[in-house]
Amino acid sequence: MSNIQFKLNGKAVQTDSPENTPLLYVIRNELDHQGTRFGCGTGNCGACTVIIDQQAVQSCDIKLWASADKEVLTAEGLAFDAIGQIVQKAFIDEQAAQCGYCINGILMSVTALLKRNSQPSKEVLMEALNRHLCRCGTHVRILRAIDKAIQQINQKRAA
Amino acid sequence: MSNLTLPANIISNPLLSQWFRLDHLPKVTVCSGKVEIGQGIQTALQQIAADELGVDLDQINWIAGDTISSPDEWYTAGSLSIENGGAALKASLGYARFLAIQAAAKHLGVPFESVQVSSGIFTSSQSKESFTYAQIAQDIDFNSKIEINEEILLSKKQVQAKWVGKSIHRDDLINKLSGAAFIHDLVIPGMKHARMLRGKHVQSTILKIDLDQIQQLSGVEKVVRSGDFLAIVGSNEALIVQAQEKAQAYIEWKNPEYVQEQSETQSMIKGLKSGDEIAFTNGSEKPISKTLTLSYSRPFLAHASIGPACALAHEVDGVLTVWSHTQGSHLLKNQIAVGLRQDQSTVKVIHTHGAGCYGHNSADDVAFDAAYIAKVTGHPIRVQWSREEELSASPFGAPGVIEFTVGLDETGRIQNWESEIWSPTHIHRPGWSGKLNLLGAWMIDPPHPMDETKDNPLPQGGGLRNAITLYDVAFQKVRHHMIPQAPLRTSALRGLGAYLNVFAMESLMDEVASEIGVDSLEFRKKHLTDPRSIQLLDQLAKISNWENRADLPEGSGLGMGFARYKNTGAYCGVMVQLRAEEKIYIEKVWAVCDAGQIINPDGLINQIEGGIIQSISWTLKEMVTWDTQGVTSASWDNYPILNFDEVPEVFVELLDQPHQPSLGGGEAAAGPTAAAIANALVQALGIRARHLPLTPDRLAQAIE
Repeated sequence: MSNIQFKLNGKAVQTDSPENTPLLYVIRNELDHQGTRFGCGTGNCGACTVIIDQQAVQSCDIKLWASADKEVLTAEGLAFDAIGQIVQKAFIDEQAAQCGYCINGILMSVTALLKRNSQPSKEVLMEALNRHLCRCGTHVRILRAIDKAIQQINQKRAA
Repeated sequence: MSNLTLPANIISNPLLSQWFRLDHLPKVTVCSGKVEIGQGIQTALQQIAADELGVDLDQINWIAGDTISSPDEWYTAGSLSIENGGAALKASLGYARFLAIQAAAKHLGVPFESVQVSSGIFTSSQSKESFTYAQIAQDIDFNSKIEINEEILLSKKQVQAKWVGKSIHRDDLINKLSGAAFIHDLVIPGMKHARMLRGKHVQSTILKIDLDQIQQLSGVEKVVRSGDFLAIVGSNEALIVQAQEKAQAYIEWKNPEYVQEQSETQSMIKGLKSGDEIAFTNGSEKPISKTLTLSYSRPFLAHASIGPACALAHEVDGVLTVWSHTQGSHLLKNQIAVGLRQDQSTVKVIHTHGAGCYGHNSADDVAFDAAYIAKVTGHPIRVQWSREEELSASPFGAPGVIEFTVGLDETGRIQNWESEIWSPTHIHRPGWSGKLNLLGAWMIDPPHPMDETKDNPLPQGGGLRNAITLYDVAFQKVRHHMIPQAPLRTSALRGLGAYLNVFAMESLMDEVASEIGVDSLEFRKKHLTDPRSIQLLDQLAKISNWENRADLPEGSGLGMGFARYKNTGAYCGVMVQLRAEEKIYIEKVWAVCDAGQIINPDGLINQIEGGIIQSISWTLKEMVTWDTQGVTSASWDNYPILNFDEVPEVFVELLDQPHQPSLGGGEAAAGPTAAAIANALVQALGIRARHLPLTPDRLAQAIE
């Protein structure tokens, strides 16, 4: 048993799961945070992306030990994050979803990126987004929502 | 059709209580058989419901796809949810409103015509009192049969309608974008996780197995085997996932004999055993001065949902409850019962939102898996398919070949239009033509016999969907060669045969126009008399600057595609601007859609945008591959779909027709988009692409 501790959306949590368990299953099944989705289990689609210490990480592909003593942010925590809530709201405002299954992973990647760099170049943004797949073809709206979030973050900074 | 005819879904579900109840006060309960599959239909149908009843959206308690408490509206498919599901709500809730106004008038002591309904409150200028739906609940006979007459229809004027036609935000997205919301997230107390063990081909059989070794794998509490149906069950999902992979070392599989090595789609499909049927003829042959013969094809395509299929099942007191993201709860319920060899009254299905399915994917199969394992073990069971299963064991979109012989008269007008279509079935859903069609049921011991395939006949059509040209021609003949047994299992994928048929027919229109040296827009219009089609094409040409396409730089091109989905649904025209280098870069897409009266403009635009992007992905990148061992495109590495950096700018314009019936638009864009790409490629490179997908390899071959 591992007895690993970390912070999940600001709250201290502890788990006895073996340290090589994919983080995804610990978050979803043990810690009851199911806004993080299973999509492929091999780090190819991005549906399970969470933020660990400011980095967007695919939680199906990373083991529990890698989160030890770190801060993990999931979709459930976005509303309490200054940048995350702007990103999340922009997606709702633009109705940037169809089935919505891929979106939470994208919200996490975009939030992590905009926390580091609020004016990303197109190349930098595409590098982050190309780690995500969307099958409904909502890309156009997703890009529009991200533009909107970027504008709002920078307006807020300027104010 | 007269307004005074009850819709088909009301005739099969005739009681008011099947659609409307006041059992969840103060909300009004509205029931529908049409379910949310990521297309936003729940919101659009609620808008229709709200305007029939005179309530606000947040006053509706919505129940959809529950076999105990929702009507059976067959499948949520074919872009028919607004056309049929919406019509059923208008009829049933119109009747409910009529009864409610009658009751309110009685309580208020005022004439029927003086009563107004708004936000669920009944008022009259002749009374100071008001009544709510809750207050008149006792007066409504929910067991009465739904009626339709002039009086009922006229009472719609007494409702303050304020929802239809507005871009209402979807309230289901709030939960989906912040936490648990999908079937994947459902937890039943005591639930155990199960995973299926399969060979590389979906109908592989077990040759040799060491059950003891599998039973000893960490996390495995139980192995369920019946014939070739094999599953492992445990409490810890992470361990069960690991065991699923490890268990393969202890199983030897045998592939079905009908699987032969993959070869080029066109010759392979035409080489398979097939039927021969004249599916449609119209008019009589005219003398012609020029004949063109052209052939087009598409490969097997995967639905490739981002969320692999999931289902839960639990048997309590002899009743098996199954939670599923199926498109047809009632049909699935009945077929699960057939598969389990038990009475239909002992199974119920509750629809729960899943990831986008785009047609008949694995949603139903996983539901049977869960039902069977729950039954055998007695535990509440959650089955989650893997990415590999989703891309290899799900039914695929059917491949096809279409060949045309068209005859032109001296003026360059198409007079004779003959086509021949080869395809396996495009529908193999549970309950389709009364058949079982559940993968697990074919595998258990004793197995249910593999169901024969039967394609959807015209006018809806499967392989024949949109095979009849909308253009005015003197003579048309369509011949269908239905393939009963294809190397891979096929079923409905968004648009069915319309994707290939529209791609081919709209490529053909450009080819013929080019052959006789006329503008392809003018050539289309010359063969059209329908004013809505002509208006739409003109608008498309205008917004995309078609007239000045010659100004595009070398290597770029503009091309169009147009169709009316199924010749009865939404009209959609698509213009694509692309640049061709080592691969095709789609730069801009314009679309114009006429879906009659629009319920939710933003929701419709979202569907058209999605249809365009998905079609670009199919057209440029996608093809299922296999060898004699099974499907080899079972990962995202081997079945790539469109990436973010390949996405064009998309501009969608809607032509609202407030006085025309609403038409389904979810599948309207795919075929026109594919044709527009192929047609634009001709201007860009001078190459005509007739066989999908248009990958860089294919492009290089075509250039040579």
